[in-house]
Amino acid sequence: MPPQFDREKPIYLQVVDMLIQEIARGIRKEGEKLPSVRDLAFQLEVNPNTIQRVYRELEHKEITITKRGQGTFVTNDTEKVIALREQLKQQYIEKFIIDMHALGFSKEEIVQTLKGGEDDD
Amino acid sequence: MIEVKNITKSRMFKTILKDCTCTIDRGKVIGIIGENGSGKTTFLQVLAGVFRQDKGTINLPTDRSESIAYSPDQEYFYNYFTIEQLMDYYQSQFGDFDRKKAEQLIDFFELKRNEKINYLSKGQVGRVKIAATIARNAPLLLLDEPLAGLDPLVKDKIIKGLLQFVNMETQTLLITTHELLEIETILDEVIVMKAGCMIAQENVDVIREEQSVQKWFQKVYQKK
Repeated sequence: MPPQFDREKPIYLQVVDMLIQEIARGIRKEGEKLPSVRDLAFQLEVNPNTIQRVYRELEHKEITITKRGQGTFVTNDTEKVIALREQLKQQYIEKFIIDMHALGFSKEEIVQTLKGGEDDD
Repeated sequence: MIEVKNITKSRMFKTILKDCTCTIDRGKVIGIIGENGSGKTTFLQVLAGVFRQDKGTINLPTDRSESIAYSPDQEYFYNYFTIEQLMDYYQSQFGDFDRKKAEQLIDFFELKRNEKINYLSKGQVGRVKIAATIARNAPLLLLDEPLAGLDPLVKDKIIKGLLQFVNMETQTLLITTHELLEIETILDEVIVMKAGCMIAQENVDVIREEQSVQKWFQKVYQKK
Protein backbone atom coordinates (compact mmCIF):
# COMPACT_ATOMS: atom_id res chain seq x y z
CA MET A 1 0.00 0.00 0.00
CA PRO A 2 1.24 3.51 -0.79
CA PRO A 3 1.95 5.97 2.03
CA GLN A 4 -0.87 8.11 3.38
CA PHE A 5 -0.27 11.70 2.43
CA ASP A 6 -1.21 14.69 4.51
CA ARG A 7 -4.15 16.12 2.59
CA GLU A 8 -3.37 19.71 3.48
CA LYS A 9 0.17 19.82 2.16
CA PRO A 10 1.41 19.65 -1.43
CA ILE A 11 2.32 16.08 -2.27
CA TYR A 12 5.60 16.99 -3.94
CA LEU A 13 6.82 18.58 -0.68
CA GLN A 14 5.87 15.46 1.26
CA VAL A 15 7.77 13.24 -1.15
CA VAL A 16 10.79 15.61 -1.01
CA ASP A 17 10.77 15.34 2.80
CA MET A 18 10.43 11.59 2.62
CA LEU A 19 13.42 11.19 0.29
CA ILE A 20 15.54 13.65 2.26
CA GLN A 21 14.86 11.62 5.40
CA GLU A 22 15.75 8.40 3.66
CA ILE A 23 19.01 9.90 2.42
CA ALA A 24 19.86 11.37 5.84
CA ARG A 25 19.19 8.03 7.51
CA GLY A 26 21.36 6.24 4.98
CA ILE A 27 18.53 4.11 3.59
CA ARG A 28 19.48 5.65 0.27
CA LYS A 29 23.27 5.80 0.11
CA GLU A 30 25.55 8.41 -1.40
CA GLY A 31 25.90 7.97 -5.14
CA GLU A 32 22.96 5.57 -5.26
CA LYS A 33 20.60 5.73 -8.20
CA LEU A 34 17.06 6.81 -7.35
CA PRO A 35 14.10 5.05 -9.00
CA SER A 36 12.93 6.42 -12.35
CA VAL A 37 10.14 8.97 -12.30
CA ARG A 38 7.69 6.37 -13.58
CA ASP A 39 8.68 3.71 -11.05
CA LEU A 40 8.53 6.02 -8.06
CA ALA A 41 5.20 7.44 -9.23
CA PHE A 42 3.86 3.92 -9.49
CA GLN A 43 5.19 2.88 -6.06
CA LEU A 44 3.75 5.93 -4.30
CA GLU A 45 0.64 6.10 -6.48
CA VAL A 46 1.15 9.72 -7.38
CA ASN A 47 1.24 11.59 -10.64
CA PRO A 48 4.58 11.33 -12.53
CA ASN A 49 4.55 15.12 -12.97
CA THR A 50 4.69 15.35 -9.17
CA ILE A 51 7.78 13.13 -9.04
CA GLN A 52 9.42 15.20 -11.74
CA ARG A 53 8.91 18.22 -9.58
CA VAL A 54 10.33 16.32 -6.58
CA TYR A 55 13.51 15.49 -8.51
CA ARG A 56 13.83 19.10 -9.73
CA GLU A 57 13.49 20.29 -6.15
CA LEU A 58 16.11 17.83 -4.82
CA GLU A 59 18.51 18.80 -7.57
CA HIS A 60 17.98 22.44 -6.79
CA LYS A 61 18.90 21.72 -3.17
CA GLU A 62 21.98 19.89 -4.53
CA ILE A 63 21.01 16.70 -2.76
CA THR A 64 20.82 14.78 -6.01
CA ILE A 65 22.42 15.05 -9.43
CA THR A 66 20.81 14.14 -12.70
CA LYS A 67 23.01 12.46 -15.26
CA ARG A 68 21.73 12.84 -18.75
CA GLY A 69 20.30 9.59 -20.01
CA GLN A 70 21.16 7.72 -16.81
CA GLY A 71 18.79 9.01 -14.19
CA THR A 72 18.90 10.74 -10.85
CA PHE A 73 21.56 9.90 -8.23
CA VAL A 74 22.07 10.81 -4.59
CA THR A 75 24.98 13.24 -4.24
CA ASN A 76 28.47 11.78 -3.66
CA ASP A 77 29.28 14.64 -1.37
CA THR A 78 29.45 13.08 2.13
CA GLU A 79 29.69 16.48 3.79
CA LYS A 80 26.45 17.50 2.18
CA VAL A 81 24.65 14.46 3.59
CA ILE A 82 26.13 15.08 7.04
CA ALA A 83 25.01 18.71 6.83
CA LEU A 84 21.58 17.53 5.79
CA ARG A 85 21.32 15.26 8.83
CA GLU A 86 22.44 18.06 11.09
CA GLN A 87 19.90 20.39 9.54
CA LEU A 88 17.09 17.88 10.01
CA LYS A 89 18.14 17.34 13.63
CA GLN A 90 17.98 21.07 14.34
CA GLN A 91 14.62 21.30 12.62
CA TYR A 92 13.06 18.47 14.62
CA ILE A 93 14.50 19.66 17.90
CA GLU A 94 13.22 23.17 17.35
CA LYS A 95 9.78 21.84 16.62
CA PHE A 96 9.95 19.59 19.68
CA ILE A 97 10.95 22.46 21.93
CA ILE A 98 8.22 24.71 20.58
CA ASP A 99 5.64 21.98 21.22
CA MET A 100 6.94 21.34 24.74
CA HIS A 101 6.92 25.05 25.55
CA ALA A 102 3.37 25.21 24.27
CA LEU A 103 2.53 22.49 26.80
CA GLY A 104 4.11 24.62 29.49
CA PHE A 105 7.31 22.68 30.17
CA SER A 106 10.48 24.57 31.00
CA LYS A 107 13.82 23.83 29.39
CA GLU A 108 15.06 22.20 32.64
CA GLU A 109 12.08 19.88 32.81
CA ILE A 110 12.57 18.86 29.18
CA VAL A 111 16.27 18.14 29.71
CA GLN A 112 15.53 16.17 32.86
CA THR A 113 12.90 14.05 31.14
CA LEU A 114 15.18 13.39 28.19
CA LYS A 115 17.94 12.24 30.55
CA GLY A 116 15.47 10.07 32.43
CA GLY A 117 14.35 8.54 29.17
CA GLU A 118 17.93 7.59 28.41
CA ASP A 119 18.28 5.74 31.69
CA ASP A 120 15.29 3.60 30.82
CA ASP A 121 17.00 2.15 27.76
CA MET B 1 -3.32 22.00 -25.56
CA ILE B 2 -7.06 21.89 -26.08
CA GLU B 3 -9.09 25.02 -25.57
CA VAL B 4 -12.73 24.72 -24.72
CA LYS B 5 -14.54 28.00 -25.16
CA ASN B 6 -18.05 29.01 -24.13
CA ILE B 7 -19.67 25.63 -24.62
CA THR B 8 -23.44 25.62 -24.18
CA LYS B 9 -25.62 22.57 -24.57
CA SER B 10 -29.34 22.10 -24.08
CA ARG B 11 -31.36 18.92 -24.23
CA MET B 12 -35.14 18.79 -24.14
CA PHE B 13 -35.47 22.50 -23.30
CA LYS B 14 -33.09 22.13 -20.40
CA THR B 15 -29.71 23.84 -20.45
CA ILE B 16 -27.18 21.32 -19.22
CA LEU B 17 -23.93 23.13 -19.99
CA LYS B 18 -23.73 26.89 -19.63
CA ASP B 19 -20.88 28.81 -21.18
CA CYS B 20 -18.19 26.32 -20.13
CA THR B 21 -14.61 27.42 -20.70
CA CYS B 22 -11.42 25.59 -19.75
CA THR B 23 -7.95 24.73 -21.02
CA ILE B 24 -6.68 21.18 -21.13
CA ASP B 25 -2.89 21.15 -21.19
CA ARG B 26 -1.06 18.23 -22.71
CA GLY B 27 0.35 15.67 -20.30
CA LYS B 28 -1.88 16.68 -17.41
CA VAL B 29 -4.18 14.55 -15.32
CA ILE B 30 -7.31 16.59 -14.71
CA GLY B 31 -10.20 15.67 -12.45
CA ILE B 32 -13.67 17.08 -13.06
CA ILE B 33 -15.59 17.24 -9.81
CA GLY B 34 -19.06 18.41 -8.90
CA GLU B 35 -22.34 17.11 -7.54
CA ASN B 36 -24.68 14.80 -9.48
CA GLY B 37 -26.36 16.59 -12.33
CA SER B 38 -23.76 19.35 -12.56
CA GLY B 39 -22.97 18.48 -16.18
CA LYS B 40 -19.74 16.45 -15.87
CA THR B 41 -20.92 13.55 -18.01
CA THR B 42 -22.51 15.79 -20.64
CA PHE B 43 -19.29 17.76 -20.88
CA LEU B 44 -17.32 14.59 -21.63
CA GLN B 45 -19.98 13.54 -24.13
CA VAL B 46 -19.68 16.85 -25.97
CA LEU B 47 -15.88 16.55 -25.95
CA ALA B 48 -16.11 12.98 -27.24
CA GLY B 49 -18.58 13.99 -29.93
CA VAL B 50 -21.57 12.03 -28.64
CA PHE B 51 -23.50 15.31 -28.77
CA ARG B 52 -22.75 18.48 -30.63
CA GLN B 53 -22.61 21.69 -28.62
CA ASP B 54 -25.19 24.39 -29.38
CA LYS B 55 -22.65 27.14 -28.97
CA GLY B 56 -18.93 27.44 -28.37
CA THR B 57 -15.76 25.91 -29.78
CA ILE B 58 -13.36 23.08 -29.00
CA ASN B 59 -10.10 23.15 -30.90
CA LEU B 60 -9.06 19.54 -31.28
CA PRO B 61 -5.76 18.99 -33.12
CA THR B 62 -7.10 16.18 -35.30
CA ASP B 63 -10.31 14.33 -35.98
CA ARG B 64 -12.06 13.02 -32.84
CA SER B 65 -11.65 9.37 -33.80
CA GLU B 66 -7.88 9.83 -33.76
CA SER B 67 -7.53 12.16 -30.82
CA ILE B 68 -9.93 10.89 -28.16
CA ALA B 69 -10.39 7.58 -26.36
CA TYR B 70 -13.60 7.74 -24.36
CA SER B 71 -14.93 5.49 -21.65
CA PRO B 72 -18.58 6.31 -20.78
CA ASP B 73 -19.91 5.64 -17.30
CA GLN B 74 -22.47 3.19 -18.63
CA GLU B 75 -21.69 -0.23 -20.01
CA TYR B 76 -21.34 -0.13 -23.72
CA PHE B 77 -19.86 -3.42 -24.87
CA TYR B 78 -21.63 -6.12 -26.85
CA ASN B 79 -22.12 -8.52 -23.99
CA TYR B 80 -21.84 -11.66 -26.14
CA PHE B 81 -18.20 -10.78 -26.87
CA THR B 82 -15.45 -12.47 -24.97
CA ILE B 83 -12.69 -10.17 -23.72
CA GLU B 84 -10.50 -11.48 -26.52
CA GLN B 85 -13.15 -10.69 -29.14
CA LEU B 86 -13.64 -7.24 -27.67
CA MET B 87 -9.93 -6.55 -28.10
CA ASP B 88 -10.11 -7.81 -31.70
CA TYR B 89 -13.04 -5.50 -32.29
CA TYR B 90 -11.27 -2.49 -30.81
CA GLN B 91 -8.21 -3.27 -32.88
CA SER B 92 -10.33 -3.35 -36.04
CA GLN B 93 -11.93 0.00 -35.22
CA PHE B 94 -9.11 2.13 -33.94
CA GLY B 95 -5.82 2.67 -35.72
CA ASP B 96 -4.16 3.76 -32.48
CA PHE B 97 -5.16 0.62 -30.57
CA ASP B 98 -1.99 -0.89 -29.11
CA ARG B 99 -2.58 -4.65 -28.95
CA LYS B 100 0.58 -5.34 -26.98
CA LYS B 101 -0.46 -2.82 -24.35
CA ALA B 102 -3.96 -4.34 -24.31
CA GLU B 103 -2.55 -7.81 -23.63
CA GLN B 104 -0.39 -6.43 -20.83
CA LEU B 105 -3.41 -4.65 -19.36
CA ILE B 106 -5.48 -7.84 -19.42
CA ASP B 107 -2.75 -9.62 -17.47
CA PHE B 108 -2.23 -6.68 -15.13
CA PHE B 109 -5.95 -6.57 -14.34
CA GLU B 110 -6.06 -10.36 -13.98
CA LEU B 111 -8.79 -10.81 -16.59
CA LYS B 112 -9.51 -14.01 -18.50
CA ARG B 113 -9.45 -13.67 -22.27
CA ASN B 114 -12.14 -16.26 -23.01
CA GLU B 115 -14.76 -14.95 -20.56
CA LYS B 116 -17.87 -13.32 -21.96
CA ILE B 117 -18.62 -9.71 -21.02
CA ASN B 118 -22.12 -10.84 -20.02
CA TYR B 119 -20.79 -12.97 -17.17
CA LEU B 120 -18.31 -10.53 -15.73
CA SER B 121 -18.71 -8.93 -12.32
CA LYS B 122 -19.04 -5.17 -12.00
CA GLY B 123 -15.42 -4.86 -10.91
CA GLN B 124 -14.26 -6.90 -13.90
CA VAL B 125 -16.31 -4.80 -16.33
CA GLY B 126 -14.79 -1.69 -14.74
CA ARG B 127 -11.32 -3.05 -15.45
CA VAL B 128 -12.21 -4.12 -19.01
CA LYS B 129 -13.46 -0.61 -19.74
CA ILE B 130 -10.22 0.95 -18.53
CA ALA B 131 -8.12 -1.62 -20.39
CA ALA B 132 -9.94 -1.10 -23.70
CA THR B 133 -9.76 2.67 -23.37
CA ILE B 134 -6.17 3.19 -22.28
CA ALA B 135 -4.82 0.57 -24.67
CA ARG B 136 -5.37 3.24 -27.30
CA ASN B 137 -2.50 5.65 -27.85
CA ALA B 138 -4.90 8.56 -28.28
CA PRO B 139 -3.62 11.94 -27.06
CA LEU B 140 -6.72 12.56 -24.94
CA LEU B 141 -8.27 9.93 -22.67
CA LEU B 142 -11.70 10.60 -21.19
CA LEU B 143 -12.83 8.45 -18.29
CA ASP B 144 -16.30 8.97 -16.90
CA GLU B 145 -16.51 7.82 -13.27
CA PRO B 146 -13.92 5.04 -13.61
CA LEU B 147 -14.09 4.18 -9.90
CA ALA B 148 -17.82 4.48 -9.20
CA GLY B 149 -19.27 1.58 -7.26
CA LEU B 150 -16.07 -0.45 -7.14
CA ASP B 151 -14.46 -1.96 -4.06
CA PRO B 152 -11.26 -0.41 -2.64
CA LEU B 153 -8.96 -3.11 -4.02
CA VAL B 154 -10.29 -2.73 -7.55
CA LYS B 155 -10.06 1.06 -7.25
CA ASP B 156 -6.44 0.76 -6.20
CA LYS B 157 -5.71 -1.59 -9.09
CA ILE B 158 -7.30 0.80 -11.60
CA ILE B 159 -5.30 3.76 -10.30
CA LYS B 160 -2.13 1.68 -10.53
CA GLY B 161 -3.09 0.65 -14.06
CA LEU B 162 -3.50 4.29 -15.07
CA LEU B 163 -0.09 5.15 -13.65
CA GLN B 164 1.60 2.23 -15.32
CA PHE B 165 0.02 2.30 -18.76
CA VAL B 166 -0.87 5.90 -19.53
CA ASN B 167 2.05 7.72 -21.09
CA MET B 168 1.90 10.95 -19.15
CA GLU B 169 4.33 12.73 -21.45
CA THR B 170 2.18 12.41 -24.52
CA GLN B 171 -1.28 11.64 -23.21
CA THR B 172 -3.74 13.77 -21.30
CA LEU B 173 -6.19 12.24 -18.89
CA LEU B 174 -9.56 13.74 -18.04
CA ILE B 175 -11.46 11.98 -15.25
CA THR B 176 -14.86 12.80 -13.81
CA THR B 177 -15.20 11.56 -10.27
CA HIS B 178 -16.92 11.63 -6.93
CA GLU B 179 -14.06 9.73 -5.35
CA LEU B 180 -11.75 12.66 -4.76
CA LEU B 181 -10.09 10.90 -1.85
CA GLU B 182 -8.89 7.97 -3.93
CA ILE B 183 -7.86 9.83 -7.02
CA GLU B 184 -6.48 13.06 -5.61
CA THR B 185 -2.85 11.94 -5.51
CA ILE B 186 -2.69 11.37 -9.25
CA LEU B 187 -4.32 14.67 -10.26
CA ASP B 188 -2.49 17.74 -11.56
CA GLU B 189 -5.56 19.92 -11.72
CA VAL B 190 -9.21 19.97 -10.81
CA ILE B 191 -12.11 21.56 -12.62
CA VAL B 192 -15.21 22.24 -10.53
CA MET B 193 -18.65 22.11 -12.12
CA LYS B 194 -21.87 23.36 -10.60
CA ALA B 195 -25.29 23.57 -12.26
CA GLY B 196 -23.83 23.34 -15.74
CA CYS B 197 -21.10 25.95 -15.18
CA MET B 198 -17.37 25.52 -14.75
CA ILE B 199 -16.79 27.57 -11.66
CA ALA B 200 -13.10 26.88 -11.02
CA GLN B 201 -9.97 25.29 -12.47
CA GLU B 202 -6.92 25.03 -10.23
CA ASN B 203 -3.64 23.19 -9.72
CA VAL B 204 -3.90 20.64 -6.91
CA ASP B 205 -0.54 21.50 -5.32
CA VAL B 206 -1.45 25.19 -5.30
CA ILE B 207 -4.66 24.31 -3.42
CA ARG B 208 -2.76 22.11 -0.98
CA GLU B 209 -0.43 24.97 -0.06
CA GLU B 210 -3.43 26.41 1.75
CA GLN B 211 -5.90 23.65 2.51
CA SER B 212 -7.15 20.23 1.48
CA VAL B 213 -8.77 19.91 -1.93
CA GLN B 214 -11.99 18.77 -0.25
CA LYS B 215 -12.21 21.91 1.88
CA TRP B 216 -11.36 24.10 -1.10
CA PHE B 217 -14.03 22.37 -3.15
CA GLN B 218 -16.66 23.02 -0.48
CA LYS B 219 -15.68 26.68 -0.24
CA VAL B 220 -15.79 27.17 -4.00
CA TYR B 221 -19.20 25.50 -4.05
CA GLN B 222 -20.69 27.70 -1.36
CA LYS B 223 -19.39 30.90 -2.89
CA LYS B 224 -20.98 30.54 -6.31
